[in-house]
Amino acid sequence: MEISPSLLNNVLIPIVKALVIVNVMAVMSGVLTIIERRSLAFLQVRKGPNRVGWEGSLQWVADTVKLLFKEDVVPEKAEHLIHYLAPVLVVVPALTVFAVIPWGPEMTFRVPGIGKITTGAYATDLNVGLLFILAVTSIGIYGIILAGWASNSKYALLGGLRSAAQLISYEVPMGFAVVSVILMSRSLSLVEIIEAQRRMHLWFVFPGLLAFFLYFLSGVAETNRVPFDLPEAESELVAGFHTEYSGIKWSFFFLGEYANMVTVSAIATTLFFGGWLRPFPNVAALSFLDLIPGIVWFLAKIFVFMLVYIWFRGTFPRYRFDQLMDLGWKTLIPLALVNLVVIAIAALGGTRGLQILAWILCGGFALAVVVVTRTRSRKAARAARPVTPVEVRA
Amino acid sequence: MSAPAGIGEPEPPPDDHTLLGLREMELNFGPQHPSTHGVLRIILKVDGERIVSARPEIGYLHRGTEKLFETETYPMVIPHTDRLDYVAAATNNHAYCLTVEKMLGLEVPKKAQYIRVLLDEMQRISSHLLWLATAGIDLGAMTPFFYTFREREVILDLFEEYCGARLTLHCMRIGGLLEDLTPGWIQKVRDFTVPFEARIDEYEDLLTENRIWKLRTIGVGVLNAARCVEMGVTGPPLRAAGLAWDVRRAIPYEVYPELDFEIPVGKNADTYDRYLVRMAELRQSRRIVLQCCDWLEKNPEGPIRGKTPRVIKPPVGEAYAAVEAPKGELGFYLVSNGTNKPYRLHVRPPSFINLQALPEMAKGHLVSDLVAVIGTIDIVLGEVDR
Repeated sequence: MEISPSLLNNVLIPIVKALVIVNVMAVMSGVLTIIERRSLAFLQVRKGPNRVGWEGSLQWVADTVKLLFKEDVVPEKAEHLIHYLAPVLVVVPALTVFAVIPWGPEMTFRVPGIGKITTGAYATDLNVGLLFILAVTSIGIYGIILAGWASNSKYALLGGLRSAAQLISYEVPMGFAVVSVILMSRSLSLVEIIEAQRRMHLWFVFPGLLAFFLYFLSGVAETNRVPFDLPEAESELVAGFHTEYSGIKWSFFFLGEYANMVTVSAIATTLFFGGWLRPFPNVAALSFLDLIPGIVWFLAKIFVFMLVYIWFRGTFPRYRFDQLMDLGWKTLIPLALVNLVVIAIAALGGTRGLQILAWILCGGFALAVVVVTRTRSRKAARAARPVTPVEVRA
Repeated sequence: MSAPAGIGEPEPPPDDHTLLGLREMELNFGPQHPSTHGVLRIILKVDGERIVSARPEIGYLHRGTEKLFETETYPMVIPHTDRLDYVAAATNNHAYCLTVEKMLGLEVPKKAQYIRVLLDEMQRISSHLLWLATAGIDLGAMTPFFYTFREREVILDLFEEYCGARLTLHCMRIGGLLEDLTPGWIQKVRDFTVPFEARIDEYEDLLTENRIWKLRTIGVGVLNAARCVEMGVTGPPLRAAGLAWDVRRAIPYEVYPELDFEIPVGKNADTYDRYLVRMAELRQSRRIVLQCCDWLEKNPEGPIRGKTPRVIKPPVGEAYAAVEAPKGELGFYLVSNGTNKPYRLHVRPPSFINLQALPEMAKGHLVSDLVAVIGTIDIVLGEVDR
């Protein structure tokens, strides 16, 4: 049977790719939970789950099965339809975003009966991919707000409100950080952004050092992770917006959170760390690194970001609501604006201008790290503790 | 007498101090809540997230302990005291025994005194570690919890080896102690205590200079020294306000006058200073433990119990004695009618009295700060409700 090329390219391949991506991502979120729990346990001198499967590697399967069979409790006075809809609103956008994330470069492989197929390791390459991502991820927050509102619980309501405020505050610096990448790459397509980094011999993290920090911080805030996990702050709001959720509906929020973490990491990788490119993509001496496929590079970079997320969780206390807003509006947004202007000026000079900026920024950063570690050691901090014991004899 | 508000009367006008004339929301905080440290219930009036008023509701753990005391003979009371502040049983035992000994005019042998002080200070360390763990996790700092529990576990193991119990120790008796130290126990205490200094540094590295930790604690829940004194607040909250009041020095008992230690004080009376004071107290307690170990190694022989009468019948009268418990001044007020049971035994629980300050400390702060304030008072509901 002959399959027409248009049917193949416009229907079959996209469907297969969509299926693969959605399922792989859903599974990956599960796998991430076990990675997170084990890494966190490592940070916290404990073992973490180590019973189900090899070293606990199947714990997430057991958890999922348990959640599927758990009773779904809905508060009597909840807004039932919206209560039902909210988790869907969280998960669907979180998975939709993966459509435009470029996992790897174009690949050619042979399918029996059809022939050679050349296709990118991404569902689609939208020419406004970045805008699409920003737009779709923002929808997810409706799920959280509506969950908080529909639960008819005060704790959930407070969680939902916090979430709304948080999203608005951090969407802005995130947007500015992304715009600075667009200035450098002159494209909104994620594939094109990666190609631009190859052309310029430059990962955008170097000229966009500040933009990267701003992006990642805002990303952590938008995914409601420590230290910005206020919407669900366990010790304050019990569980925040998902207090009144149970069973598989609850796990949808969980899935959404992990999917969003992957998204943020993937976009950070794409925008700032050359996506699927190996380090120094234009240095021929390192060409043996090409033996590792692009997808692996991409996933490895994502994995590093995930570890940073977990590291944050093990280290930081939680911000307070007003402090979070202060950080967003009074620190990140001004910084983002300054950064935007600097990058715009450097981008006028084309590749050369960006490279000069990269050298200046990275040199300055390295210098700052050296100075700070020299002058503010832990020992010095210990010596300068404000409370001095006072001898009192009765 | 004013007539009660009945049907048909107009609704009272809405409070106008909030936007759009909306009234505050009432929020039930507890008794089942992750960070009320037990069954404390706080009725909050919040305006958005800002606390307009906070009213603690207690009594969910009331067991009638003080009434129960009256039905037990004097030695039988001791295990009940374990269950007051159940994370610091040694100091509870100690305060009760001191009171009865004061009534009887009993002399406690030196060795028993040193062991008591040693147990007290180990208990203080374990209680402060528990405090640090829970106060940290209240503010979202998860990791200190596991670090402190690692060390607390060692202390509990040591207690277990000494008296068979980990929490409800029942380790002291009127006139001294029941059991002498097990062989090699002192060395084990030393093995734990000497490197403990580095462990404290580890906790402090995580929190003391942490920007977020400072943001969350500095200026939160301020209670100045004058208000502390008015309300009878004692312990770290009082010392963080700059007043160096510590029962171990102010009303010395046992061998504390012979020991070399300092009383850390803060000056800003906020949550951060209370944190610093408790961290400094960990170091001081460590010093005391080491001094006790030194003395006990030099003097391994000696009685551990004074001339306690077979049947304890204090003379008719009253007595009050207090110790510096980890949470503040823990006192027992005993009224005796000459029988073998207390006529009345009143507890002065530091948790309960410190908890009074909660509404004042929380007012005007955000809901997030409320958990910081609850954490910083360091309450144990077993002691609050009795």
